Amino acid sequence: MDREETSARIAALIEPFNKKEVAITDATRFTDDLEFDSLTVMDFVAAIEDEFDIIISMNQQAEIETYGQLVDAVTKLQG
Amino acid sequence: MTDMLDDDVTQAHVDLFSKFDPLIAMRRDLLATGVTDPFGLVMERVISPTVAVCNGRETILLGTYNYMGMTFDPDVIEAGKQALDDFGSGTTGSRVLNGTYAGHKAVEQALCDFYAMDHAMVFSTGYQANLGIISTIAGKGDYIVLDIDSHASIWDGCKMGDAEVVPFKHNDIEAMEKRLRRIPEGAGKLVVLEGVYSMLGDIAPLKEMIAVAKKYGAMVLVDEAHSMGFIGPNGRGVAEEQGCLDQVDFVIGTFSKSVGTVGGFCVSNHPKFEIMRLVCRPYVFTASLPPSVVATACTSIRKLMHAGDKRAHLWGNSRVLHKGLRDAGFQLGTEEPQSAIISVIMPDLERGAAMWEALLHEGLYVNLARPPATPANMTLLRCSLCAEHSAEQVQQIIGMFTRAGKAVGIIG
Repeated sequence: MDREETSARIAALIEPFNKKEVAITDATRFTDDLEFDSLTVMDFVAAIEDEFDIIISMNQQAEIETYGQLVDAVTKLQG
Repeated sequence: MTDMLDDDVTQAHVDLFSKFDPLIAMRRDLLATGVTDPFGLVMERVISPTVAVCNGRETILLGTYNYMGMTFDPDVIEAGKQALDDFGSGTTGSRVLNGTYAGHKAVEQALCDFYAMDHAMVFSTGYQANLGIISTIAGKGDYIVLDIDSHASIWDGCKMGDAEVVPFKHNDIEAMEKRLRRIPEGAGKLVVLEGVYSMLGDIAPLKEMIAVAKKYGAMVLVDEAHSMGFIGPNGRGVAEEQGCLDQVDFVIGTFSKSVGTVGGFCVSNHPKFEIMRLVCRPYVFTASLPPSVVATACTSIRKLMHAGDKRAHLWGNSRVLHKGLRDAGFQLGTEEPQSAIISVIMPDLERGAAMWEALLHEGLYVNLARPPATPANMTLLRCSLCAEHSAEQVQQIIGMFTRAGKAVGIIG
């Protein structure tokens, strides 16, 4: 799956968590812009892991601050 | 490369404490309402496992984790005094240097006997037991799969080690299995669970979870800190109760709850377990427990093996308190009593703190638990029962809760 398709699928998954309907770009930050707390992060990560059948460990999550970084990581994790 | 600063120039000072400003503000706002600081209570005198003097007033203790009431057991006290006389006040050394006394070997033997396991290793606290074992056995390239509601010591053990850390939703067997299934083949796997989760007092479906973990070739560590002494036919914990203790690779426990002193431990049947004593840094690079502490722990553990009557009384207390609070209209952490912890859910921190204070004025001490230590950002009044609470005290407690709950407006 290429980056564009991965991004489209993640964009669909993010919708129910994007309560304030923030416009998503690659630069959107999960904590500062989307105001995700730790519980939201857990549910959102689980949704992505199930969608793509991958693991995003906490160690990897620590490196991901923006939407663009997440799309890159998921694209890479699918191999 | 950046140039050095000129002699007459200084950079702006950055206060490393500014990161705590939000918490400082939250605390200031709470105390500004006039409420007593819930985290500044002092026990002026301790009369028994269930009663202390706080602010000059006799107070029933319902938040001490002193489940089996061993802190004032005459045999336990006598063993501690004798050890002070015979071995002195402290070891001043690491277990691997000058800090292993006869008492440390004796308490490890008592643990082996208590759990019917081959190996026991005693740490200076329960926190260090989790920190040490988890960070040491799960290394680079290994995976730790753990419940999201795990205790801070488990999370810190994960953070200190080099393994990949993968949490799953609390007590969710399917979520755990999905994560295990996705781990690359050949990687080492450690599943970390707790018998009783201390915030809500709920237990884990260990039998089902451990069966899944084993199917995927994982090793299993279970923290039984809040179940030792009274859950299971021999007080070995939730895994014993559910008949799966033989499938647990490492049991973590503490002396600071049912045992009634301080210290932590790991028991295991792993044939290579003893190497831990040389490679586990939170075991090696700290001083060992004082002789009096290991002597009291040893005596207490041996007495807990034969405490069937106390276990039954504690379960009775738990059932009566759970029903009493529920009938009074409080929202509780579990539908049925599952442990000696009964958690009362508060609508918010402000009313939780007000309720905590009202209870203290009634003469009752419970734990106020608030985010981030709590699941789902809840504010909880956590009650932990003791086998030494009399039936009369439990009725008194229900009365105090009812009066305070009405005064604060939490129940109708």
